[in-house]
Amino acid sequence: MKEYFSRFAVPDNGEPMIIASQILIVIVSLGIIVGLTYFKKWKYLWNEWLTTVDHKRIGIMYILSALLMLFRGGVDALLMRAQTSMPENGLLDAQHYNEIFTTHGVIMILFMAMPFIIGLMNVVIPLQIGARDVAFPRLNALSFWLFFFGAMLFNISFVIGGSPDAGWTAYFPLASTEFSESVGMNYYAIAIQIAGIGTLMTGINFIVTILKMRAPGMTLMKMPMFTWSILITNIIIVFAFPVLTVALALMTMDRLFGTQFFTMSNGGMDMLWANLFWVWGHPEVYIVILPAFGIYSEIISTFAKRNLYGYKSMVFSMVAISALSFLVWAHHFYTMGHGAMVNGIFSITTMAIAVPTGVKMFNWLLTLYKGKIEFKTPMLWAMAFIPIFLIGGVTGVMLAMASADYQYHNTMFLVAHFHYVLIPGTVFAVLAGFTYWWPKIFGFSLSEKIGKWSFWFIAISFNVTFFPMFITGLNGQARRMYTYSESTGFGPLNFISFIGALGLAVGFVLIVYNIYWSTRYAPRHVTEDPWDARSLEWATHSPVPAYNFAVTPVVESTQAFWDAKEKGTQLFRGKYEPIHMPSNSGLPFIMGVLFFFFGFCMVFGMWIPSIIFGLAIFACMMYRSFEHDPGYHISVEEIKETEKKYGVNSHENQLA
Amino acid sequence: MKKIWVLLGLAAIMLPTLSGCQLKVLDPKGPVAETQAGVIKLSMIVMAFIVLTVVGLYLFMLYKYRASKVGADYKPPHIEGSRVLETIWITIPILIVIFLSIVTVKSTSEVEATPKGYEDQDPLIIYAASSNWKWHFSYPEQNIETVNYVNIPTNRPIEFKLYSYGPITSFWIPQLGGQKYAMSDMVNTLHLLADTPGSYLGRNSNFNGAGFAEMEFETQAMSQKDFDKWVKDVHHTAEKLTEPTFNELLKDGHLGRKTYTGTHLTFRPAPEMHHMKKMDGHQKATEGQHHHE
Ligand code: HEM
Ligand SMILES: [Cu+2]
Repeated sequence: MKEYFSRFAVPDNGEPMIIASQILIVIVSLGIIVGLTYFKKWKYLWNEWLTTVDHKRIGIMYILSALLMLFRGGVDALLMRAQTSMPENGLLDAQHYNEIFTTHGVIMILFMAMPFIIGLMNVVIPLQIGARDVAFPRLNALSFWLFFFGAMLFNISFVIGGSPDAGWTAYFPLASTEFSESVGMNYYAIAIQIAGIGTLMTGINFIVTILKMRAPGMTLMKMPMFTWSILITNIIIVFAFPVLTVALALMTMDRLFGTQFFTMSNGGMDMLWANLFWVWGHPEVYIVILPAFGIYSEIISTFAKRNLYGYKSMVFSMVAISALSFLVWAHHFYTMGHGAMVNGIFSITTMAIAVPTGVKMFNWLLTLYKGKIEFKTPMLWAMAFIPIFLIGGVTGVMLAMASADYQYHNTMFLVAHFHYVLIPGTVFAVLAGFTYWWPKIFGFSLSEKIGKWSFWFIAISFNVTFFPMFITGLNGQARRMYTYSESTGFGPLNFISFIGALGLAVGFVLIVYNIYWSTRYAPRHVTEDPWDARSLEWATHSPVPAYNFAVTPVVESTQAFWDAKEKGTQLFRGKYEPIHMPSNSGLPFIMGVLFFFFGFCMVFGMWIPSIIFGLAIFACMMYRSFEHDPGYHISVEEIKETEKKYGVNSHENQLA
Repeated sequence: MKKIWVLLGLAAIMLPTLSGCQLKVLDPKGPVAETQAGVIKLSMIVMAFIVLTVVGLYLFMLYKYRASKVGADYKPPHIEGSRVLETIWITIPILIVIFLSIVTVKSTSEVEATPKGYEDQDPLIIYAASSNWKWHFSYPEQNIETVNYVNIPTNRPIEFKLYSYGPITSFWIPQLGGQKYAMSDMVNTLHLLADTPGSYLGRNSNFNGAGFAEMEFETQAMSQKDFDKWVKDVHHTAEKLTEPTFNELLKDGHLGRKTYTGTHLTFRPAPEMHHMKKMDGHQKATEGQHHHE
């Protein structure tokens, strides 16, 4: 019996930090259960959240989970910076450090950036295209719960069984059972797989939503830029994620069933993993950056009070980027030794991406031209993005030059590059989008004052943290070293990085404080259009009613709402009619739970329970295919009632 | 706020160039690293030009068109785009990319071959194999093997033959040239040359588990005369490398420096050659190691 349970022990058990976390997790979980029971909130939680298929609520849950993961990943980052702040520091040992940078990478990319973006697209896209929900609301809920339970499964690794420790890139043979013996990398393979299936379904869902559910009049070339960016992002998802699915499946078989796809013996090919990983991995970086481009396009044009400059070239450049993003993966291993010819070709395709990216840069700048720029918090993020991302981009081009990359590869220079693109690109963008759309979601604004404080903390500290890495990289500091000797001279610059990391932490805490403060004290129901914006989501009430629009809007240009305000174009032409809505379902949540336990049993090679949970998942799918679910209708009465509550009868046609 | 961006932009350009002389990668001690440092510096200049142009435009826009400057009743016009402008900012980047592509292709084939001007010399071949967490250097010509340090003659092209007895590693001596992977199922060739005598730190730069951070070695570049003397000394003093000793060396862990006569290549050939043979050699190469008990 004891032997059976010993598998759940963390290899380096006895580590006080891990024991403390184990105890903390138990206490917090108990606290939540007791709290929910005491305040009689179980029913509310189940009816309003766990079973919801409303895209707005699903979006909110995505964003909340992403924020939670931001803090998990952020603590990892602080620990890393603290450990390397001084030469030969003893805060963490090598194994611990390796686990932390592995989970940091996976969590930040897959469980923070991705869900944050998917959360924003959930909230915004149906509103922006004038739809009542996504194409497949229940599938959407399933996507969320798969992501959520995938993330939870990944996160419990450090208290049950041991964290993954082979890097977020999980290069073989290091990630094989031969060199990574704990169950950590099993968690990696299975948790990411579960979340990844959810992402793939999101991809399909949003492509269909955008292609089929736009308001009348909104042709493709009249879609707002954020919608365009999300369409292209989801197309990339649908092409790229199956590669990850296959790679992880092979990895799972290698680790659990003794196959030899990537191992050292019997013809296993270590570089096959690297190829598969980056065939997904490079498009993945564009999956997290293109939505950011969309968010910035909206924000810049709103706060410059100008239409977006060069709409068509913005669209074409994104299409070009998405195509090129599949042709550059080998730049992640120029040093594998495939010769000058192959490296030359991949260098050229990689540098070519800089051209469409540059086009976007100039279009944003020209959107400011002759504008009337207001520096509200979302705009501050967008304006910080331009110069910082520029540095990220040009260092990307430097890395793209194969001969020089032999010197940058695997160094802190590379680490600086991808943080210079990912943080101003993705993180600033989701924070900007979050601040920008917050009043639409909740009916009140976040505090500008606290928002600006957090902006300045983060924007400045970011550079303090990551700029020194360009220099230490050129001085020979490899990435992923848990320590270095004093004679290397890396000490001072690493210490500066650590100071910057502390500043970043302050900035992120301020963001949470802002949410808390504004929820308590900010004035309610200020306006439906607090930023004087241009696209459709601002044409409905804040917070948005369940049915989004009482009457489906009609669109005539890329900035439908702006035209309505400026030229008096009629957006809502028609009367109230009963609105068909999808009904809630507990099935996605239940399937998520089943996937969690299925995954957990797989991680530990407990076959019988895995099979049982696997069968239960199939049973849910069977049940779903025989289920008759006609949805329900919101009656005209009810719509009138709701609209009245918002005190709006300004759209006269609605009352006709 | 603009000032901060000016400063940051300037810092971004100036810092690496100013401190360049001390940074290892920009302080080359051989033609390969020199080519690479040249490419890096050139690309930095091109990038500085791009950054300055864009940041200049950016500051101009922020300064000229902020709400407090343009006046309360100013109404921004509707502007669709401009064919001329868009053509300009597509063409110029394309020209830059073409230029950098030529530089890349040329310099990459250069560093992937024997350094120019040294082609008439026979390269010295050194096998560098990694195992958790150390480097084994075999000199077939001199019949010597060392662990965690490598001595090379100056002004003679060196061909490092790289492979691994475990996870993928990357062999890197920043001051002599860029890195290349060492893998278990093939042999990679890295061309390096030192033109200045001295001691240069080398390391594995590709994460390979718990002992990664300490996986360093010293490269001593010395005159051909000193090198020949060292070889002679080794043959007088060092013991012979036997298969059991080598198996001991392969076990997980760190070792100090070791010196042997003979090389492991005789009983454990490197996984070179074409595919079929490769599989065989490779199987041999992976037998009898990674003891996890
Ligand atoms: C102008 C556009 C860009 C170019 C030319 C470029 C080029 C490169 C190159 C050549 C590498 C490999 C370097 C090496 O491993 O030695 C790299 C790594 C990376 N880039 Fe970029 N990049 C660009 C934009 C981006 C963007 C927009 C993102 C993400 C938002 C991004 C994220 C990354 C990441 C995450 C890695 C490395 C991951 C790892 O090894 O762990 N890059 N980039
Ligand atoms: Cu890439």
